[in-house]
Amino acid sequence: MRHLIDINDFTTEEIEQLLVQAEDIIANRAAYSQVCRGKKLATLFFEPSTRTRLSFEAAMYELGGNVLGFSEAQSSSASKGESVSDTVRVVGCYADIIAMRHPKEGAPLLASKCSPVPIINAGDGGHCHPTQTLTDLLTIRREMGRLSDLTVGICGDLKFGRTVHSLISALKVYSSIKLRLIAPEELRLPGYIRKDVVERNGMEYAETDRLEDVMPELDVLYMTRVQRERFFNEEDYIRLKDSFILDRKKMKLLPEKAIVMHPLPRVNEISVKVDEDPRASYFRQVENGKFVRMALIMKLLEVQK
Amino acid sequence: MNIDGITQGIVLDHIAAGRSMEIYHLLHLDQLDCCVAIIKNVRSSKMGRKDIIKIDQNIEINLDVLGYIDPNITVNVIENGTLVGKKKLTLPTSLTNVISCSNPRCITTTEQECDQIFHLADPETGLYRCAYCDTAYKGHKKS
Repeated sequence: MRHLIDINDFTTEEIEQLLVQAEDIIANRAAYSQVCRGKKLATLFFEPSTRTRLSFEAAMYELGGNVLGFSEAQSSSASKGESVSDTVRVVGCYADIIAMRHPKEGAPLLASKCSPVPIINAGDGGHCHPTQTLTDLLTIRREMGRLSDLTVGICGDLKFGRTVHSLISALKVYSSIKLRLIAPEELRLPGYIRKDVVERNGMEYAETDRLEDVMPELDVLYMTRVQRERFFNEEDYIRLKDSFILDRKKMKLLPEKAIVMHPLPRVNEISVKVDEDPRASYFRQVENGKFVRMALIMKLLEVQK
Repeated sequence: MNIDGITQGIVLDHIAAGRSMEIYHLLHLDQLDCCVAIIKNVRSSKMGRKDIIKIDQNIEINLDVLGYIDPNITVNVIENGTLVGKKKLTLPTSLTNVISCSNPRCITTTEQECDQIFHLADPETGLYRCAYCDTAYKGHKKS
């Protein structure tokens, strides 16, 4: 029995197979509409997350399966003090597969050690969010036609952003990836990720705090939110915040064939005016999330078309 | 000061000076009912000062714990008053219930009776990371 707790749980070949499967689902949706008939997905969301939960639920419904679960800890036995281990043992008696989001880091790994059914990590605190990474990979693959030979700019909160860490970790296996890490000094990529992932895998990278400087060389611009509370003082925030806001003026610097991604939700880091630009791919990215989750559910349930 | 040799048991030698009590507790030697001698600050030509632990019984030693503390410690097995074997130590690839995660957001802080598992992330520096949340353990520096 397989689980997906960390993106590195899957080999490069397995990820490739998932992306190919997702693309086949997109091309032949009707052929997949009953493949999970009679199967049940439990969404155990110990903290609220509307979009990820709905994405999983929509994925299971599109495969012909059913969904049960809860959307916050207060409506589960966790509020009575039940352990994560006991919860998954119980839910495993009702469902065929579990998607779990939990505020505590490592909760899905712990669940996978005692669960009778496959566990999917749907986000554990600030730690991992592997299905977002699969979503990002599928989006880059569909939009750019490749996952290698790309200059990827990642902008915003690179220190605390779990989607950023997972994406970099996933991209390390592809050839000729150049990273442009765009962040204020306070929010730069943590040293251990730079050393253990970027440098150890020989990825070419450069750090900057000016988005405009690197935009002309990018194939992919991955935006994340810079939160005011992450800065040590208000002065720095005011000085830097505009540098990390993408608007139509800055979009002129981005090559015509490049794309803009964002894990969402956004606040103000991408102007809504940018949405009309065909290079803005973040809403297509959302839909890709559903398709790749469909492929993932099929893989873990070991069902075929 | 003289401490008698042992005829049957284990001698942990070349312990960095001052670390014998930590090993005593981590190996749960306080739970043994045989003689255990802790000798601190012994003169050593190689180390300057060192600690030695003599255990007057052949017990199963958790080599992972010792390897984690210091892979240079020597484990001598004594039978009938003579040295019959030396056990080689290495940094263990994982540690279970030896050290604890300090990250307050880690599941191990709230889940009942959850094993504390760490994996060796960098053999060069002896860095261990929590298996659950990847937080680096900073409570111990390799000697």
